[in-house]
Amino acid sequence: MKRFWAWGALIIGLLYFILPLIGMTNFSLKMRRGVYSFDAYAKVLGDTRFQETFSYSVTLALLTILVGVFLVVPTAYWVRLKLPFLRPYIEFVTLLPLVIPAIVVVFGYIRLYNTSSWLPLTGTALGTDVLLVAGYTMLALPYMYRAVDTGLRTIDVTTLTEAAQSLGAGWFTIITRIILPNVLVAVLSGAFLTFAIVIGEFTMAALLNRPAFGPYMQVLGANRAYEPAALAVIAFAITWGCLGLIQLVSRFQKSAQRPV
Amino acid sequence: MSFLTLTHLQKSFGSVKVVHDFNMTIEKGEFISFLGPSGCGKTTVLRMIAGFEIPTGGTIEIAGKDQTNLRPNQRNIGMVFQAYALFPNMSVFDNVAFGLKVAGKPKSEIDARVKEMLKLIHLEHLSDRYPYQMSGGQQQRVALARALAPKPQVLLLDEPLSALDAKIRVSLREEIRQIQRQLGITTVFVTHDQEEALSISDRIVVMNAGKADQIGTPGEIYNRPTTRFVANFVGTLNVIEAILVNAATGTVKIGEEVVSLPQPITGKSDGQSISIAFRPEAATIAGPSTGPAAVTGTVLSSNFLGSVVRTKVDAGGNIISFDMFNQASAQIPKAGETVSLSLQPDGLMVLGD
Repeated sequence: MKRFWAWGALIIGLLYFILPLIGMTNFSLKMRRGVYSFDAYAKVLGDTRFQETFSYSVTLALLTILVGVFLVVPTAYWVRLKLPFLRPYIEFVTLLPLVIPAIVVVFGYIRLYNTSSWLPLTGTALGTDVLLVAGYTMLALPYMYRAVDTGLRTIDVTTLTEAAQSLGAGWFTIITRIILPNVLVAVLSGAFLTFAIVIGEFTMAALLNRPAFGPYMQVLGANRAYEPAALAVIAFAITWGCLGLIQLVSRFQKSAQRPV
Repeated sequence: MSFLTLTHLQKSFGSVKVVHDFNMTIEKGEFISFLGPSGCGKTTVLRMIAGFEIPTGGTIEIAGKDQTNLRPNQRNIGMVFQAYALFPNMSVFDNVAFGLKVAGKPKSEIDARVKEMLKLIHLEHLSDRYPYQMSGGQQQRVALARALAPKPQVLLLDEPLSALDAKIRVSLREEIRQIQRQLGITTVFVTHDQEEALSISDRIVVMNAGKADQIGTPGEIYNRPTTRFVANFVGTLNVIEAILVNAATGTVKIGEEVVSLPQPITGKSDGQSISIAFRPEAATIAGPSTGPAAVTGTVLSSNFLGSVVRTKVDAGGNIISFDMFNQASAQIPKAGETVSLSLQPDGLMVLGD
């Protein structure tokens, strides 16, 4: 009887999540009257604005990942190695993006870095892109920091550092050749999550008026019938692809660390 | 001339002083062991030599050059850790080559040196393996090769055998000693295992509460401990009371036996009660050939330890241990039996207060 209820709850849960997706996918395939077709997908993928906004967001996602890795890996490493008492505070700071709405942050940016401020970043496209990457890095911080910190927990950071130091290595060599390769799988997990967040982000890109994928999805959704559904399916596929890659690299790490 | 000199070395963590005025000189090519209980400061001294801890006071010199304020990566000191500390992302070859690559050596030199090191530890055939594919003993040998590859001035071993099983521990410690002799490298070995220290060291530093209690050869440490701590910490020690018969000739009366010690006793007067210590192997069951018994007591237990049988005797409240060689013809005392023991004079030590 217990098993019946467990299966029942699972099936209801799955239906709750899957039915809307099936409905949306079904709708996205009905652009041509009376038959199923990929017309909506072809239209979306053929739209130059889709290509521009998607490639813009991919570029910014990669930059965000780079900045995140450069910021988070040395920070998490240093906190574990030399400042373990600061860990709770650092964790608190990295959690702030989850409780402070993006709109608050972006208004803060606009106020601080507008054209009449001491650092007028919003005055140029490049400056605004820099602001956007900074904002995305902050949004991804809770995921990136946790992923890297969990990766660092699996290795003996102190002893590996001391072993490398006794062999003549400096800090740069230690981080790039010992620490980073050993937390690479964790960094990749954080990177895929960052990618998924940046691709779908709307608020910051819209308020900073940058041609990103999120605002494009919103504009398309407001003006078209079938294309937004196709676009949503594409966005889902990208996110799930990222999650699948996380699973894949996690499995790779497990098999690499298997004892003989 | 000494090679490694530690002068008035001190270390405090906050208000806790863990190393007090530690002084020592080590000759080139010497194998020194720091022996002591947990928390005695032996690892802290080692870590100060490596540069991982900054001394609160004192200096560290290697080959006449002050190392006290140099960073660990500037000291050219090899170190082997208890937890192996092999880089998990690198093969055996790359682990051993790491120090040479960091030093910017040419590829041909790196290849030759790594092969030489792997041959030294008899693991040439495992050069492509990763640490997780090797046993603990193999990993520790690779860690040793990695530490030796850049030709360090000094080799530091921080309890390198503690994580290994008993059999591997014995074979690896012999291998470490043989490699150390072959390369003639000055080595400092930290251990809390007295058997390890006694078996492979040129000299042992017995540490207690942040100080060197005694520095000497294994024989000196075991046979002539200068403090009560060293006597108690190294080996098993029995302590009994005796009456001083003649201080000038070193004659004492232990039970019914009058024994002449190898040296006179100073600072005590005739007729005074003194504490005599002896190792389990200095006592034998009294018989016609051994003279009168020094100690008589009831056997509590006899434990078979392989080559010897260790028997514990209750002698008027003092628990005394003595060893007998394991021979087929030997009569092993049984619990409850009364035995009389005779003591070898050269195995007796007079303990200070």
